[in-house]
Amino acid sequence: MSQSFDKLLDARGLNCPMPLVNARKEISRIEPGQVLKVIATDRGSVADFQGWAKIAKNVELLAQERESVDGASVYAHYVKRTT
Amino acid sequence: MEGSIETKAGVDPAQMQALEERIRDLEKRLRDLEERAPEDRVCLILFSGDLDRVLAAFVIATGAAAVGQQVSMFFTFWGLSVLKKDRQLSGKTVFQKMMALMCPRSSQSLPVSKMNYFGVGAKMLRAMMKEKNVSSLEDMISLARELGVRMIACEMSRDVMGIKESELVGGLECGGVASFLADSLRSRTSLFI
Repeated sequence: MSQSFDKLLDARGLNCPMPLVNARKEISRIEPGQVLKVIATDRGSVADFQGWAKIAKNVELLAQERESVDGASVYAHYVKRTT
Repeated sequence: MEGSIETKAGVDPAQMQALEERIRDLEKRLRDLEERAPEDRVCLILFSGDLDRVLAAFVIATGAAAVGQQVSMFFTFWGLSVLKKDRQLSGKTVFQKMMALMCPRSSQSLPVSKMNYFGVGAKMLRAMMKEKNVSSLEDMISLARELGVRMIACEMSRDVMGIKESELVGGLECGGVASFLADSLRSRTSLFI
C-alpha cells in the first residue's frame, strides 16, 4: 500500500542542495502532522533526506521509495512535519 | 517508602540540607554546561575567492540552513570578491588600485582554483553546471540570504585591500575576529574554505 500525503513537491531535474532547500520551504507551509511527498531525480537526495530527518527536530521521514512518474524512475520521499 | 528522606521520626534536617546543597550544585553545573553547549549553528570562513571553493561553501550554507541550522559566513581576503557588486578605483592608493584591477570585479568573474586559463575554465564550469541544472553561484547567494544566512565581511581585510563599502552588496554585517569567534565557539562545525 502506498503512503498517503497532503502535499506534493516536484523536485525532478534539480540538483543538490535544491531538492532539500525547496522541501524545507514547502514543509513550513503545511500543518504539523501533515505529510509532504517529494519526488526527485537526484540520487543524492536519498541520503540528504535521511540526514535532514536526523538533524532537524520538526521532521520525520516516513518512507523512501522508487516510483515511476511519466515513464521515468524517480525517488519519492515522504516527510512528516511533526511540530 | 524506601529511599525517601522522610523517616518515621520526620525529616532529618542535616540530611535535607545536604541534599538541597547537592541539588543547587548540580543545577549550577548544568547551567554552566548548557551555556557552553554548541547551538544548532554552522560557521563558514570564506578566505578563498575561487569559484569552485565558493560554490562548495554556498552548497553547505544553503543545505545547513535548509535542515534548520543557523549559518554564519565570514568573508575575508580573497573571499571578499564574492560580495563585490562592482569595481571602483577612485580614492584608492596605487597599491589598492593594482589590487582592485587584479581581483575579480564581482562574483561573476571569480576564477576557478585549477585550470582557470584566464577565465575560460570558470566559464566552462558555469556552463557545465547549467547543463546539469545546478543552481548558479548568484542564485545560491540570493537563496542563502532568503534562508537567513548571516554574511559578515571582515573589516580588517576590507580595509587593507582598500575595498570600499560601496563596492559591496547590501545587507552585510561587518566584523572582526571577535565576532567570528563569538559565532564559531557556539557552532557545531566551523569550516575554513
